[in-house]
Amino acid sequence: MRNFDTPLGCTSLNSFRKLSSIRSVVGFTCLLTLGALLTGCGKKDSSPSPAAKTNTTTAPSATPQIWRVGNGAEPQDLDPQTVTGVPEHKLMMALFEGLVTEDPKDLHPIPGLADRWEISADGLVYTFHLRANAKWSDGTPITAPQAVESYQRMLSPGLGAEYAYLLWFAVGAEDYTKGKLTDFSKTGFKALDERTLQITLKSPTPYLLKIIASHYAWTIVPTHVVKKFGKLDEKRTAWTRTGNHVGSGPFQLKDWAPQQKITVVRNPHYWDAAVVKLDAIEFFPTEDLGTEERMFRTGQLDMTYEMPANKIDTYRKERPEALKVDPWLGVYFYRCNVTRAPLTDKRVRRALALAIDRESLIKNITRGGETPAYSVSYPGTAGYFPRAKITGDLALAKQLLAEAGYPDGKGCPPIELLYNTQANHRAIAEAIQQMWRKNLGVEITLRNEEWKVYLNTQHVTKDYTLQRAGWIADYVDPHVFLEIWTTGNGNNDTLWSNADYDRLFQAALTAKNDTERYEIYQKMDAILVDEMPVIPIYFYTKVHAVSPRVKGYYPTLLDNHPYKHIYLEN
Amino acid sequence: MLRFTFRRLLQIIPVLWIIITATFFMIRFVPGGPFTAEKAVTPEILRNLEAHYGLNKPLHQQYFDYMGSLMRGDLGPSFKYPNRTVNEIIGDKLPTSLELGFISLAVALTIGITLGTLAAVKRNSWLDYVCSSTAMIGICVPTFVLGPLLVLTFAIRFQWLNASGWYGPSDRILPCLTLGCVYAAYIARLTRGGMLEVLNQDYIRTARAKGASEARVVFKHALRGGLLPVVSFLGPGIAGILTGSFVIETIFQIPGLGREFVNSAFNRDYTLVLGTVILYASLIVILNLVVDVVQIWLNPKLKFE
Repeated sequence: MRNFDTPLGCTSLNSFRKLSSIRSVVGFTCLLTLGALLTGCGKKDSSPSPAAKTNTTTAPSATPQIWRVGNGAEPQDLDPQTVTGVPEHKLMMALFEGLVTEDPKDLHPIPGLADRWEISADGLVYTFHLRANAKWSDGTPITAPQAVESYQRMLSPGLGAEYAYLLWFAVGAEDYTKGKLTDFSKTGFKALDERTLQITLKSPTPYLLKIIASHYAWTIVPTHVVKKFGKLDEKRTAWTRTGNHVGSGPFQLKDWAPQQKITVVRNPHYWDAAVVKLDAIEFFPTEDLGTEERMFRTGQLDMTYEMPANKIDTYRKERPEALKVDPWLGVYFYRCNVTRAPLTDKRVRRALALAIDRESLIKNITRGGETPAYSVSYPGTAGYFPRAKITGDLALAKQLLAEAGYPDGKGCPPIELLYNTQANHRAIAEAIQQMWRKNLGVEITLRNEEWKVYLNTQHVTKDYTLQRAGWIADYVDPHVFLEIWTTGNGNNDTLWSNADYDRLFQAALTAKNDTERYEIYQKMDAILVDEMPVIPIYFYTKVHAVSPRVKGYYPTLLDNHPYKHIYLEN
Repeated sequence: MLRFTFRRLLQIIPVLWIIITATFFMIRFVPGGPFTAEKAVTPEILRNLEAHYGLNKPLHQQYFDYMGSLMRGDLGPSFKYPNRTVNEIIGDKLPTSLELGFISLAVALTIGITLGTLAAVKRNSWLDYVCSSTAMIGICVPTFVLGPLLVLTFAIRFQWLNASGWYGPSDRILPCLTLGCVYAAYIARLTRGGMLEVLNQDYIRTARAKGASEARVVFKHALRGGLLPVVSFLGPGIAGILTGSFVIETIFQIPGLGREFVNSAFNRDYTLVLGTVILYASLIVILNLVVDVVQIWLNPKLKFE
């Protein structure tokens, strides 16, 4: 207090200091406000104001066709050989085209950079003929030697591409990645001339064209550009940056503003440029579903990446024309660790699978129009419909459980269910927990883990009894759902192994045609339904909000919508 | 004062070293790594990747390598965004977070100090009740509720502003208001409390007895003392506004560092986790030092000792 004990009328040094400090505080506040306003105004406005945007959307036909889409997350990179995620895939579809590409309606392989191809009678040699007018977005021709060099880059140990294994069908490819083979000319990739590419496979791979059409791992990269910025197999070079990036797709990179948006514009050198109707696509990294849906409502987006589950009903009632609920080639399932009691007994696994009311789960919990799954394979994948299904009533489930030694669930040890921390997985788990308690008397305890911890548990420690999981197809072929349950597959993780199943899987690869191949798959599906190492629950749907002015958009099983066919109606 | 500042600056070095070391080892002991993915990576490919990033070396060797490059100012490559370095990501995004933080702070101080002072001066009047309850509501309503509410009103209902983004000056309004309001609420309560205490002091009565006008009493005599609690709050407050903008940055799609700070941990992007932790830790210790200095300067009862 002593500083303020000054006599009346005395103008002390203290009060002067007081005054100056108040001034400083007020001044500081003003400065902050001013500075903030200045920085705010100083930034270059790179996007039109909302009002300007409304104008562009309603003006007559002369306005540029700019499609604005939510893209989930910021992409890792724009190099098709090193990226791994779905947001990246959406961008790759705009910037690159494969040797073959996808039909806009059912995604079957159609000519892309190669206008024709031949497959040898034994199914081992594929010869692709590149189009005469196939060019990079910098105008240079796309050549077969470049394709070979691309595959060399993809398989090189130095690049460490996570999807390199998708090329291991070719002779010598696997050895090259593993460093056992260092001379790339000894692999199955050959350029016969400037425009002819020959790929020799280890064994027939009936779904190879589908992978090339739908998966960016097989993308040819502009090696002439890649080498300008570093060695062919060098990781993390600047070739994918704005200004350097060169592609082969209907669009080319114009601007990449991290965490803001990626703009791609029409590629004039694209061989089919005349068909492309959109002038540009803007991809927004929309991480938050709620934000994305609000962006759609204000007209900032023409299409969302996803939809919050709690908004689906509102859209059904109020804006049904903007809601797209389409089947999506993926299965939501519970994975059993078959080495842990009571799941060691297949009768228990089958009882659990029978005692789930999938219809009620979809109607009351997931609410996204999903399809109940009674098999692991998706019915209707490239014309394949599994005949084996989970069939039977609760009485059968109870009987199976009793046969396994747990009548009415008595004596059955509690089963721990692992899921990754997310509200919807928890809700599903709780519903199934109740169904099993009520129907079978089996107790389930719930354990949640953060995403990467959960994946580590699944792939590495295997410290789980029952685990919620999902599997989404990369290409449209029944092979996708059956491959992973073979012994030693990195994604099996159930510790389940069946010699018959493995043998059938190998046999399918050498099948003469799809009819024969699908018959083998029927037997594999039957084994899965009988052994039940995984309990299928539902087949996914993909829900988007899509502006009614978006045309040329078809529901497809992979949620891929080839951009060159899309246009906007004004 | 110089000696005090210098001594405190020296203390920062061991503090940062402990934080860096602890973070380095803690993030490594978390299950899962940068290449853990839903689709399992083939063991041979995983080995190639680990070799590229030096993750195949013994952990202590990796630690010394990291500290070595840190001394040279190199924070290393990002694992999640392979074509960008951590230095580049921080350089890109820190200005955005600073801009968001400082505008919000200005909003918070302007609203908070005004409301707090009004409430204290008109104590127990309707004005006090309005100001105090507004502040209480501000504290209770989290940003993830307030943000969407503002968007629903100004972006969707009136169509005046964008729902999200960080493109033009108008895009600054909603996020800065949201973040500013929450801090304004705290500042208002602290200002009110501080002012009430000061307004009861003898020297204020003295000032009034001298015939000083009410405005002069409040602004010249009382505010300085009344703001002391606000100043002590500002140290952690500014750090919180800069680091804690994760929610705002996500709701409004702002390309700031707060999102990277949180997401890098989920992605196990070891180098980006360390880079952001180092930055924010330095920020917090330096801001605390600044607050200490300012507090002593404002409050003559304290000394530089």
